[in-house]
Amino acid sequence: MLELAIGIILGGCALGAGCAMIAGIGPGIGEGNAVAKACEAIGRQPESRGAVTTTMLMGCAVAETTGLYALVIAILLIFVAPGRFVDILMEAVK
Amino acid sequence: MSKAGIRFRITDIFLLFMTILPLAAGIILKILFVPASDGIKITGAHIFFKIALPLGGLPITEAQVNSWLVMAEVLFFCLFMTHGIRAKVYTKRQVLAEWAVEKVEGLVTENMGEYFRGFAPFIASILVLSALSSLMSLAGLFPPTSDLNIVAGWAILVFFLITFYKMKCGPLNYIKSFGEPVPFLAPLNIISEVATPISMAFRHYGNILSGTVISVLLASALGGLTSLLLGWLPGQLGEFPFLRVGLPAVLSIYFDVFSGCLQAFIFAMLTMLYIGGAFDYEKYLERRKQKQARSS
Repeated sequence: MLELAIGIILGGCALGAGCAMIAGIGPGIGEGNAVAKACEAIGRQPESRGAVTTTMLMGCAVAETTGLYALVIAILLIFVAPGRFVDILMEAVK
Repeated sequence: MSKAGIRFRITDIFLLFMTILPLAAGIILKILFVPASDGIKITGAHIFFKIALPLGGLPITEAQVNSWLVMAEVLFFCLFMTHGIRAKVYTKRQVLAEWAVEKVEGLVTENMGEYFRGFAPFIASILVLSALSSLMSLAGLFPPTSDLNIVAGWAILVFFLITFYKMKCGPLNYIKSFGEPVPFLAPLNIISEVATPISMAFRHYGNILSGTVISVLLASALGGLTSLLLGWLPGQLGEFPFLRVGLPAVLSIYFDVFSGCLQAFIFAMLTMLYIGGAFDYEKYLERRKQKQARSS
């Protein structure tokens, strides 16, 4: 019975981590758009290349934030959460 | 060579030595005190020891020690660069130092306005600390920026600065700004105010940590692949992970060097933009005029 409970915990954590990373779609689309527009801008005005690239990198990094939130949650779910949940379960069983 | 010249040389060599010393100290500390893990594992910062305090122990972790080492490195490097500068430029070193200072001052005045010229040293130190902390992983050390505590400390400092400069345009205005555009949105405004340091800290830490995690996963995957492909080689040769040599370095150039430097730049840039955006110079002047009129 205990094995089953621990198995459910581990499986739940892994599934949760996977689901959290669905958030990776958002930054992907957003950054893709940003880079596409930057390419257009450079194509139109090649002399503004430096400024456009800096601004684009800046914007990309900010757009990435939501993806990184998901990543942090996923990392916590994989590396930290199972141990804690199993500890809680063991306390409860005692 | 004159006596002063010799003394100058000796100080030079001493300072350069002190720049490299922290790195060596970090590696020695790591070899001596951090236990080697069997296989490839992802662990947090190793806790060296705990200082006993009335409210729980204060752990001194690898991340903290490494960030102190980076600070020492930066300090001695700055001393080395500015050692023996003169009003009239005559060394390459001074040209380089002046170029760096001018670059940072230009960046700050361009993004924050002339009023914030004094912020250049602060921005420069954030930039250099963050970049060097991330680059620490090239020497095999624990990069302090992949620990949330270190980055959160910087982000909280920036948050205090933002609030300070918002208050400077009038505390009443600051409180009123939460009730805009409609008063019942105040909770959302407060959340977005608090979200600034959180998002800054998580962005920096998440980028560096994800690089570390992906590098470790790739290294272990390459180890498995070698034993699958070249496991038939006789004796010691079969156990040696050939694919792990060199290949992860390509990834490391992106994750450690490029990503680390980019995140440092972005952290400094966001600091400038947030602080510069928090301060309304015209409002500040108006308020000062009113104050002076009242007092006189």
